[in-house]
Amino acid sequence: MNGSRLKQILSSGKFAVTAECGPPRGANTEVVRKKASFLKDCADAVNVTDNQTAIVRMSSLAACAHLMQMGIEPVLQMVTRDRNRIALQSDIMGAYSLGIRNILCLTGDHQTFGSQPDALNVFDIDSMNLLHAVRTMREVGTDMSGYKLDVAPRMFIGAAANPFADPFEYRVIRLAKKIAAGAEFIQTQCIYDMKRFKEWIKMAREQGLTEKVHILAGVTPLKSAGMAKYMAAKVPGMIVPEFLIKRMEGVPKEKAAEEGMKICLETIQEVRQIPEIHGVHIMAIEWEEKVQEIVKAAGLFPRPQPV
Amino acid sequence: MIVGEQKPLAEIKNIVAPYSKILILGCGTCVKTCFAGGEDEVATLASALRLSMKKDGREIKIDELTVERQCEDEFLRQAASNISGSEAVLSLACGAGVQMVADRFKKTPALPGVNTTFIGILEKQGLFTEKCLGCGDCVLDRFAGICPVTCCSKKLLNGPCGGSQNGKCEVNSDIECAWQNIIDRYKALGQMDRLTAYYPARDWRNSSAGGLRKLVREDHVI
Ligand code: SF4
Ligand code: SF4
Repeated sequence: MNGSRLKQILSSGKFAVTAECGPPRGANTEVVRKKASFLKDCADAVNVTDNQTAIVRMSSLAACAHLMQMGIEPVLQMVTRDRNRIALQSDIMGAYSLGIRNILCLTGDHQTFGSQPDALNVFDIDSMNLLHAVRTMREVGTDMSGYKLDVAPRMFIGAAANPFADPFEYRVIRLAKKIAAGAEFIQTQCIYDMKRFKEWIKMAREQGLTEKVHILAGVTPLKSAGMAKYMAAKVPGMIVPEFLIKRMEGVPKEKAAEEGMKICLETIQEVRQIPEIHGVHIMAIEWEEKVQEIVKAAGLFPRPQPV
Repeated sequence: MIVGEQKPLAEIKNIVAPYSKILILGCGTCVKTCFAGGEDEVATLASALRLSMKKDGREIKIDELTVERQCEDEFLRQAASNISGSEAVLSLACGAGVQMVADRFKKTPALPGVNTTFIGILEKQGLFTEKCLGCGDCVLDRFAGICPVTCCSKKLLNGPCGGSQNGKCEVNSDIECAWQNIIDRYKALGQMDRLTAYYPARDWRNSSAGGLRKLVREDHVI
């Protein structure tokens, strides 16, 4: 079976592009296909979210399988909120058997944010433990109990990092822990506060972490001033600086999306100047059709062909 | 202590509706300390219930008693005659006390008058905070005396998560981020190196996940 194309691109030193696809609230395959079709040629791999913000949606694993049928390489996102270690490991084995080669290990947003706040959570293990488990599968060939697996999943392992959450000094220690636990690539929270992002990268560089991992800078185009304000106020661990909100407010409503795109492109150009950044992760939330435009305008099109 | 809160009067009225002669049984230990089910609460609830029932045109006989601890035979025994003289017992103890009454007095229905909420502390006058889930394998030594299992909303052993901001938990701004507190305390204790350590997945067998727990103390068995 083939390995990860994302890994191939990153290891060959090329600047990678990943995008995000949120599965629908329902079993509509067409929605997945439509969203994915916008991303097909402009991303090297597409993350499929796992009941993101705790809203019940089609499973990430199933949506990944749909993407694969379309010739798109998926990144299976997995949160530890809803499944215990038994279910998680079982799904990883299933994913690998379907040909999925990338995984992003997360803890997940708390269920009280979501569509069913009355649910019980699991949190049997955390994202760090999950990273460790997936790496052990690959390196040692065993599951978490030490049982030798008949064909152990060999995933390309990713983790998220949020340079904008507190306590700031700890954010680099956490990155180091994730790398030590098994993370080979990192996708960051979306960047609006470039100053803080650069500080984080600097600290990571000083500790020799950037040599050990591929960091993909997260970006999300803003659609409106309202969205900027919402993200600043309501999304946990997110910083949107005041000057950006002002900038979004400064243009007429019908021009706001355009301005948001501009900001997004400027961010991409700026992170490309940072040698330790090996790619960009575009999270165009319910705006997948914009990704191609972003990738083209950023001069990142066409994407390298798989070898 | 075990912290609980008395159920709303309307719910209690519903629970005792089938009976015309009940005993309100208080407990003088934890629930007394948190003002949910001690002597004073028994008296207040009894008058409120009588009054409210009377307004509804219903007769109810209410006997009142508080024992030191409902979870021990030695004290519960003192309630035996009151219990046998009642159609049902409305216990203001924690869930353990209610079940002890049910177990020891098989013929009398035992009804809960309190919502048992958590093991916690009296943070300050009028404020109780949850501190322990009784996980059966205490790790406080490794986390600067702050329980990640209870106080972190995601039970993170390798926290904080990406939602921690300004010392608050992502769940809501009334909750302190346990991990911010752990880090602050590591700093104060000169234990910052602990922060870099990886904590492997927990063995939950000693927690409630392992099935009903019992503790045998051979040295106390007679
Ligand atoms: S580690 Fe377990 S026993 Fe110790 S305080 Fe936390 S829940 Fe209670
Ligand atoms: S914000 Fe802090 S307390 Fe809340 S879930 Fe995250 S680490 Fe735990």
